[in-house]
Order: sequence, then C-alpha cells, then structure tokens
Amino acid sequence: MSAKPAILAPATPSPTLAPGFAVWRRLFRQPSVLIGGGVLLVMLFIAMLAPALGTIDPSAINPAFRNRVPGVERTIRQDDGSSATFRHRMGTDSLGRDVYSRVIYGARVSLIIGVSVAAISLAIGLVLGLVAGYVRWLDGAIMRLMDGLMAIPAILLAIAVVSLFRAGLGAVIVAITVPEIPRVVRLVRSIVLSVREEPYVEAAIMAGTPTPKLMVRHILPNTVAPLIVQGTFICASAMLVEAILSFLGIGIPPETPTWGNIMAEGRNLFRIYPHNILYPGIFLALTVLAVNMLGDGLRDTLDPKMAGR
Amino acid sequence: MESAKPVLEVKNLTVALPVGGDRRHAVEGVSLTVNTGEIVCIVGESGSGKSVTAFSVMGLLPKVLKPSAGQILLEGENVLEASPQRLRDLRGTRMAMIFQEPMTALNPVLTIGDQIDEVLRIHTDLGAAERRTRVLGIMEAMRLPDPERIYASYPHQLSGGQRQRIMIAAALVLDPALLIADEPTTALDVTTQAQILKLIKELQSRRGTGVLFITHDFGVVAEIADRVVVMEGGHVVEEGPAEEVLTRPKHAYTRMLIGAVPSLKPKGRPEPTGPVALEGIGLGKTYGERRFFSRPRIVKAAAAVNLKVRRGETLGIVGESGSGKTTVARCIARLIEPTEGAILVSNADIAKLRERQLRPYRRRIQVVFQDPYRSLNPRRTVGASIVEGPMNYGLPAADATARAREIMKLVGLQPDALSRYPHQFSGGQRQRIAIARALAMEPDVLIADEAVSALDVSVQKQVLDLLDDVQKRFQLAILFITHDLRVAAQICDRIMVMEKGVVVEEGRTSEVFASPSHPYTRALLDAAPGRDFAFAA
Repeated sequence: MSAKPAILAPATPSPTLAPGFAVWRRLFRQPSVLIGGGVLLVMLFIAMLAPALGTIDPSAINPAFRNRVPGVERTIRQDDGSSATFRHRMGTDSLGRDVYSRVIYGARVSLIIGVSVAAISLAIGLVLGLVAGYVRWLDGAIMRLMDGLMAIPAILLAIAVVSLFRAGLGAVIVAITVPEIPRVVRLVRSIVLSVREEPYVEAAIMAGTPTPKLMVRHILPNTVAPLIVQGTFICASAMLVEAILSFLGIGIPPETPTWGNIMAEGRNLFRIYPHNILYPGIFLALTVLAVNMLGDGLRDTLDPKMAGR
Repeated sequence: MESAKPVLEVKNLTVALPVGGDRRHAVEGVSLTVNTGEIVCIVGESGSGKSVTAFSVMGLLPKVLKPSAGQILLEGENVLEASPQRLRDLRGTRMAMIFQEPMTALNPVLTIGDQIDEVLRIHTDLGAAERRTRVLGIMEAMRLPDPERIYASYPHQLSGGQRQRIMIAAALVLDPALLIADEPTTALDVTTQAQILKLIKELQSRRGTGVLFITHDFGVVAEIADRVVVMEGGHVVEEGPAEEVLTRPKHAYTRMLIGAVPSLKPKGRPEPTGPVALEGIGLGKTYGERRFFSRPRIVKAAAAVNLKVRRGETLGIVGESGSGKTTVARCIARLIEPTEGAILVSNADIAKLRERQLRPYRRRIQVVFQDPYRSLNPRRTVGASIVEGPMNYGLPAADATARAREIMKLVGLQPDALSRYPHQFSGGQRQRIAIARALAMEPDVLIADEAVSALDVSVQKQVLDLLDDVQKRFQLAILFITHDLRVAAQICDRIMVMEKGVVVEEGRTSEVFASPSHPYTRALLDAAPGRDFAFAA
C-alpha cells in the first residue's frame, strides 16, 4: 500500500497528565498516610521547637529534687535574681533532671538518627545495587560482600563500632546504617535485574544511550517507589535500635537526652517511679508507629498489588 | 443436526462494567446457543467481550463485573442464579474450561496424575484404583505417549503441547456436556496447534460434547468451527454456519476482519536489486554454563547462520519457539554477543566490536520489538522516547523534535501527540510510535522481531502496510522475524526457515511456499490453520 495512512489521533484525548501525578492525589486519600504523616509532623515540630515548649536545660542536675512524681512544682531562681515556679510535668529522674524536658529534647536525637540512617543507607545501597545489577562482573563481588555483612548481627556490629570509636551520634549512625545497606542493595539489584530486560531498556540501548544515562533515565525511576517505602521502614527500625543501644548503655553518652537514655536511667527505679520509662516509651512507640503507618500507606499507594493484604 | 438439543443457551446476557470504564457494558444483549456435538466459535478482537461471555458461563467473572440482565441456561439450568456450591458441582461435571496458557494453568508442585485425579476425587466416589484407571484411560485418549510415565511426571517435564493435552484431559475426564476453550492454542506453535485442534475436534465428535471455542484467529475458525459468532464491542454482530460467515460475511465488521487475514499465497514482489545492507556469515550463539563438579552444559541457540539482506528487501526468518530466530536477530542487533561468525554492516565486521567502537554502527540497525506495551518507557513522553536516539548522536534538541514531528506524520500519528505518554495510545498506535522511534535514527536495517504478533488482525494489517510504505520510502533492508506464515507470505521477499538453531531452508518466498524442499517447512505449511480455506478477500 503506497497511499498515505490516515493521521490518527491518540486513543484517549485526556489532558497530558504524567503517570506520577495521579499517585499524589491517591496518596492524600490514604488514611494511614494522613495519620502517620500527621503524627510525624507533630514530632518534627516538637523537636524543632523544643526550647519554646516550656522546657528547662535537660541536662541540669538537681540533687535536692530527685525522683519526684509528675506534676510536682519547684521554685527556680533565675539569673536576674527573681524566682519562678516550675512544674515538672513528667516528674524528675534519679539525678533530679526534668523528664519532660529530656523527652522533648530526646525527639531531636531520634528523628535525626531515623532520617539520617534512612538517607545514608538508601544512598549507598542505591549506588551499590545499581552497579551490582547492571555491571555483571561486579555483581558477584558486591553481593558476596553484602551477604557477609548480613551475617553479622546488627546489635553486635553496633557494639563493635561504638567501642572502636568514641561513643557519639556519628558512631551510632554508622553502627545502625551498615547492617541496613545490604537490604537496600538486594532490593535495588532485584529491580535492576528485572527492568534491564524490559524492551524499552533494550530500545534505549539500540538508540545508543550511554550506560550512565541509561541507568538514570530508564532504570533508576523504577526504584524510587520501593525505595521510599523501604526508607520509612529503615527509619522506624533505626529509631528503635538507637533506643535499644542507649538502653544497653552503649549508645549516645547518658548526659545527652535520648528516649533510650531516659529509659535506661529509669530502669532501676521502674517499680516505684514508672514515669521515667512510661513517657519516653509512649513517644518512641508513637513515632515508630507513625513512621510504619506512613510506610504502609505509601506501599499500598505506590504498589497497589499489595493493598488489602 | 435436527436431533441436536441445546447444551448451552445464553439469552440477552448483559454484564455491566464498573463506573468510569470506556463503555458501560462489557457485553450487552448477547445471545448464543451451543448444541450437543457442535463447535461454536466466538471470534472477535481484543476488547470485544468474548472472554467475558465465556467467564460468565463458568461463573468465573471477577467480582467487579456483575451480570445485570439475561439468562445462561446450561442444560436448562440458569447458572446465573445457581449458588456457589451448585456452581462448583457444575464445573467439572457438566461444564469445563481450558485456558490459553498451559504453562501456568498446571500446579508446578503436583504430579500430572494427581492433578487429573483431583477432579475425580472431588466430584465422584470412585476408589483409588478405579480413579487411576480412569485417569490413564483419558490420557490415552489424549494421545499422550506412555501415560504411566506422564502420570508420575511434573508439569515442567512436559512440552507445551503435552500440557495443553493434560488440561483437556482434566477438563473432559468427567464427560462434561460443555467444554469452553479460551484461546487454547494461541500460546502454542503451529504444528502443535494443528494437533490440538485435531484432537479437540475428534474428541468432541466422539463424545458429543458441545464446545464453545474462543479465538481471534480466522484460520482456526475455518479449521474447526461448525457455527461462528462474531463479536464487536460487547455485541454479537453476526452469527451463522461457519461456511456461510467465512465465505459470505454480511456485517461490515466481519468483512473487515476476514479481509484483514493475510493470505497464505505470497504476493508477487519485484526482485530487489539494491546494494547489500547487512550480511551475516557463519553466525552462531552458544550458551555455556560452567559447572564446578560436572561437565559444562552447552546449548547451541543458533549455529552457522548465513544471511544477506539488500536495501529495499525483506528477509523473513520463520520458525517455531526455540528455533533460534530471535537469537539471530538479537545477535545482529548486538543486544547479545554472537560467539561465532561475522556481521558485516557497511563493510565493517561489528560482531566482535566493543560497545564504544560499536556506537557509530548502532544507529544503522534498529529494532521494533514484539510487545508494544513494554517497548516504550511508561514514564517518558512519546516525544522524549523518539528524540532520545538522534540526540545521543549529537542532533540538537530543536532539530530532533522537528524530525520527530515529521516522522510522526509519516507513521500516521498527529505530531502533537509527541507530548503524550504511552498509556494514552492503543497497541497499534504504540507500535507505530516504536516504528517512528526506529526511523528517527535513519537506519539502513530494520529488525522487526514479531512486531505484529501481539496485534489484532485489523491493526496488524495497518502496521504491515506501514512497514511496506516506509521500506519503499527509505529503501530499508528489513529483517522480519515471525512465527506466522501468513504474515511472512505477505511481506517477505525471501524466507529463511529455522529449526533448532539451524537454517533448514532458504529461498524466494513464492518458491518456498510453492515447493518447500525440507520436511520441516512442509510440516509448518501443512499446520497453518485454515490453509485450505479461501477467505472472502
């Protein structure tokens, strides 16, 4: 047939929406995303506005005012000589520090650790996973290394890292990040392995697209949704592990207020003064729950096959 | 058949689609009858509602689809009103279904015998020994070699054709009155398809089973149907005896469908005289699996393949699955590395070049893939996909876009559609886009790897016409990989028949079709469904 074919219009004359656009609309209809995200936002504000939330210095020791129950009031002499009444909403610990202030400031450490562990492990895992999935001859080496890392118990590794370096925020972040990396690498690698066989990737190879561009343009976007979901789970588990490490006394130094530290401190007198463990425990549970809910909601939206399971 | 009584009567069946679909009903007012000992074919293109009709009869519709009106009478009993318990009893005993994909329809962790036996265990009170005799009996009736061995085999140990026979055996073991076959041979090779069709026909006439056979292939219809029901957009548009519908179609849609079936008679095509664009010499691909403890396992996917394509010429590579035709195409496109031989493109051997040295030659060979739904990146606009190649080779964005607009017009699409995403196009339109993407590279050689196999016949015809058109315009050398002899007959100047990795016959299309010299070629031609039938066109 040499006659020119009739010019065809596209099948659906709908407005040109990017495929990702509808996802955003669906996201904001998910109750678990709204609740989880909402609680997390509140925590974020608490952490940022800690000095303005009626707190005092969380490390200030007051030997005369130890182990007080929540609600007790105390007169504080301020720098200018006047005195004011301060109410210990959550009581004081065995060194006389204000538990309320410590819990509020503790949110900072938890959120910093959760977010940075998630970000660092995703970044490193993404690069290693892309390389392992696409560069055949590096695959074996990288994956065996990851298998090795996975064989080390996370807590044990954390104890080792913290005892090697000086205990502190950085050491704790490194200690929690390292065991998370292999999981991300495996996830990314599996996606790359299936996507690289897609005809559209082969079409891009035929179009002479250089490998780095090919990865960024055609392969990387497929990993974004699973990685966001994985990131939230890493974030939640990192906060928990940090609390565990602090509770065991091998995490962040005890003078820094973290939820784990506060609970560790209250451990001895738990039966008489349960508030030392109760309040940080509630905050920790709420935050981890919120992050996990956000993750579940994201997964249901980004991967509809999993919804309703 | 005056004594025939209806096994299945579908009366005015309407199935509503969920709100927000592209139409209100999946099927609307569908009526049809299947009598005992009769094969009724439902024919239609994708989206015509033929599968929805079949699934309603079996009570297997997904929950979102609800029959909203009409009756389905199976031997007088309305299955739409049957309880789930009653439906379960009916399935297997009175009606049975076989599916398109025999590879996934069997449970991989149970033996074949167990799976057929299960039907008897659930629906009868027979003892273990009796059941076994019965299963072996039906397997023999299916012409399965060595039933005892197959009884104890697992699905992966059988070929696709054998698996489909097992599915039919499991469906027929309780002598149902109605057998529904949903494209049962579409996933099979032609020679296997011919055997299965023969088997269904034979069993059905011996047992007096009524068969509702769903297909999109008019060749298959010509082969086995007693009566034909043609569906379009959820409606029955024509119904009648097979002979009459195929030779004297009344409805315009039926005429169009039958007219679009490519003829097995090759078109007379002028001898191409252009310069040689692509030459393969002794091409081979061997997959070796190095093993630690045993001897390496070696699979020769293709061996000693010689081919030559001139500009303006179409060379067809024909063969069944596993014949190595796609391996050859992928070697030439350098998507995989050939282990032997040379590929000459403009006097350079590109078979062993490294990726960087290969770059200047990549653009000379372009591929159109089989699956139009997966060959375009869903996250990128059509325009971005088309200009990607030219821009990789240094064409400025503005020039690339101008070229893309021109080529869109050439393949019959609006240039404005460049800013849209692939999901907004139909399968045929996407295949046009894939062709446009290949053409944007200004190649010498175009490899079409089963490029029309996933398309409905009417769309297939348009895409074939388009390929013909662009070939003339750009003097393209086309390497056309297909399993479909009808398509090959229409588009190829020369044909190469492959079997088990080697070329068994090569020649001008008209000569190969008129006097095939190799037994395999003859078997392929004999197996082409509906070969004796002169379609209305």
